[in-house]
Amino acid sequence: MVLIIVTLALKKSTGLQWILSGLTVGSIYALMAMGFSVIFSSTRVINFAQGEFSMLGGMLMYTFSNRAGIPALYSFILSVLIVTLIGAGFERLVIHPLKKPSVITIILITIGLSIFFRAAAKWIWGTDTLAIAPFSGDKPFKLLGATLVPQSLWIFGFTLLTVVLMFIFFNRTILGKGMRAAAENPEAATLVGVSPPATSLVAWTIAAALGASAGIIIAPIKFVSFDVGVMLGLKGFASAILGGLGYAPGAVVGGLSLGVLETIVAGVFPSGYKDAVAFLVLVIVLLLRPQGILGRQEKLE
Amino acid sequence: MSGNGNNELLKVEHVTKLFGGLAAVNDVSFTVNSGEIKGLIGPNGAGKTTLFDLITGIQRPTSGKVYFKGIDVVGMRPDEITSLGMVRTFQTIKIFEGMSVIENVMVGRHSRTRTGLFSSGFLLPRSRKEELETFEHSMRILEMLGLETRAFDAGTNLPYGQQRLLELARALACEPEMLLLDEPAAGLNPYETQELTQLLERIKSDGVTLLVVEHNMGLVMNISDEVIVLDYGEIIARGAPEEVQNDPKVIEAYLGSGIGNAKG
Repeated sequence: MVLIIVTLALKKSTGLQWILSGLTVGSIYALMAMGFSVIFSSTRVINFAQGEFSMLGGMLMYTFSNRAGIPALYSFILSVLIVTLIGAGFERLVIHPLKKPSVITIILITIGLSIFFRAAAKWIWGTDTLAIAPFSGDKPFKLLGATLVPQSLWIFGFTLLTVVLMFIFFNRTILGKGMRAAAENPEAATLVGVSPPATSLVAWTIAAALGASAGIIIAPIKFVSFDVGVMLGLKGFASAILGGLGYAPGAVVGGLSLGVLETIVAGVFPSGYKDAVAFLVLVIVLLLRPQGILGRQEKLE
Repeated sequence: MSGNGNNELLKVEHVTKLFGGLAAVNDVSFTVNSGEIKGLIGPNGAGKTTLFDLITGIQRPTSGKVYFKGIDVVGMRPDEITSLGMVRTFQTIKIFEGMSVIENVMVGRHSRTRTGLFSSGFLLPRSRKEELETFEHSMRILEMLGLETRAFDAGTNLPYGQQRLLELARALACEPEMLLLDEPAAGLNPYETQELTQLLERIKSDGVTLLVVEHNMGLVMNISDEVIVLDYGEIIARGAPEEVQNDPKVIEAYLGSGIGNAKG
């Protein structure tokens, strides 16, 4: 830690570079973490297929924009729409028909689902790493002495927009308030008319849309292949735990923190250690502060 | 008790709930007519709250039928029953933490609004309009209960008595035809209890039917048109408040545990 701070102080521009790069990837983690959060808070389920929503988003984007030549904006909308329908359809067709499923049953089903999606993607798109063109050119530019690619701005902008929309949805609409009520106290919520099946469907729909968008906007920087969902999912999960699972602002804080931390570690230590950061963070948070940075202590029934 | 189907709002028929071999509720039958206030009393552990759980879909009866507005509600989810117009409150307060007073009430409007994910997600004008109407409706309920000045405080920051009122406000926001109140006066001081009594009379005059579980005899005897007495899961007496009060079986059931001490 000391080493990091000293290094940062010595090389100011490098520090800023790390932070901006960290925020870029951290924004993606934040979107993923929000996906985990929204499903967890309304159904107490960790959706281990969250990363696969991102992978599918990226793959579809590649197909539409690179193969079919559809303009980026339309490809984006089309890809997100399809993945969202897959997420909602999965909830309706697989989870909804289960009679009083236990949380662990659903978690196991999501693990099965993620394996299925990976296998399907491998079959459809093969094992190659695919590149997607950035939304608006790839000429790097300087910002306060740090170098950024234009795609970073798209990522910041989209994440900011998403956070604002999520805030409005959960605070300014009746449906959103119902979702929060169900997260707070499922029993009392159902007694004032909040329907658990509806809540679950909305949560899966939002999570799939978030996952797909994250996978698409990061693809021009990190490429996409059938197995990118695994790492993205785990990083998103670690971010959600770090910020406080089930708490939307926590997901954003967790994602951005993990992104910056990861980039700094990659700058100071050999970059191969980068992926270990998320898991180290996961272990430390679970040991020292299980409710996360912003989360409240979960009350036991 | 003869089958005049029009006036019967709630009909409970031979409802039994077994926990292991023990009957928490045993062959209970009664009806609640539209517009009346029915009191449900009984010593601790008599099965009152279990009976509420069976009626509102939290638990499923081992046997027996529950009809609300002629619809068989056994096996329906609590939120579906709420949407039909039967809403309950709890013995222990269940306010949504992290939500303001007005938001707590607005959630109660959930089953009375129709905007789906699509339109609220895209903030269509219809969703905005509905949100505004919901807000105004909820504010009127808070005004009726005298909570309007606390509308934007956190729900959990209210004093205990007002939290109870907030729960009532949330239930009223569902526009119930029938309210099931589980010990609404628990923890209230005599002044607050007096206010609650007037409030329940007012709710009744607005056309809401009430089924009230209560330990405060004064309150029950004051407001109820008819009282049902439950002991060990069975109905041991029913009738007008003054009849029930003088029923030897009731006095026996309560002996040493309440009725003598109850404030009239």
